[in-house]
Amino acid sequence: MTNNAPRAIVAGHGEFAAGLVSAVEVITGRGHLFQPVAVPELSAAGIEELLRDTMRRTGARVLFTDLQAGSCTMAARRVLRGMPDAVLVSGANLPALLDFAFADDMPVATAAQHAAERGRAAIQSVEGAP
Amino acid sequence: MTLALYRIDDRLIHGQVVLGWGQPLDAAFIVLVDDAIAGSEWERELYRMAVPPGMAVFFHAAAECPAVLARYRADPRPGILLTAGVAAMRAVVDAGGVSAVNVGGIHHRADRRQRLRYVFLSPAEEQELREIAARGPVVTAQDVPSARPVPLDELLHLEAAS
Repeated sequence: MTNNAPRAIVAGHGEFAAGLVSAVEVITGRGHLFQPVAVPELSAAGIEELLRDTMRRTGARVLFTDLQAGSCTMAARRVLRGMPDAVLVSGANLPALLDFAFADDMPVATAAQHAAERGRAAIQSVEGAP
Repeated sequence: MTLALYRIDDRLIHGQVVLGWGQPLDAAFIVLVDDAIAGSEWERELYRMAVPPGMAVFFHAAAECPAVLARYRADPRPGILLTAGVAAMRAVVDAGGVSAVNVGGIHHRADRRQRLRYVFLSPAEEQELREIAARGPVVTAQDVPSARPVPLDELLHLEAAS
């Protein structure tokens, strides 16, 4: 593995993963830190296998997924069983990935937890003014 | 009828079910019929964590269906019944009281042939779907509510574009 190897996998419905990673690349030039994974036409077992293979191939131990109840999250939870050095962040968003992209001085598990907190805090509702 | 949707979906509880169908149906509970999941506390806990607050999930082996389905049909709240495969849905249909079966997602496997983007069927599964339909339920393929329901006869004659 080189320094350019992905530190995390991003998985979700449709083009969610590629879109988020593309946005990270445009904003920071650090899109290479993330391996996007799309899961069309795969069963739950197929998604689990794909995530395992991607983790094995990249060495990444962090998984960002879209929906808490989504098929990627369910598969990721199965993948993480028996893998205590891995972390899953579900409900991921762009602020979370940007935070993770700049946390290269932290251990990946710590960086993932920090990114989850950043992503949660970044969601705001703003009402229009008269 | 308070089991508003009988769905075959090998991803079981996921976004399309909880949000895509669950929201418009105002589903308050999911009945998950699967022998392996019903027999594993770890699997049951995994699926419990996947449903949003306010939505309940119940687990049963296929053989329990004749004894338990009436309880869910008597519930005034709308619910969704899920199986991962055709065989388990056949057991549900055999228990009676099912008017429609939704094929929501059966994905790629070596012995299956693609019929739709989200439906791949083996010859045995095609035969089981025909047998389900022969017992009365209307069988259609439809991944999300906004999609056109594809009747079984049409589904089994589709050749998905490669």
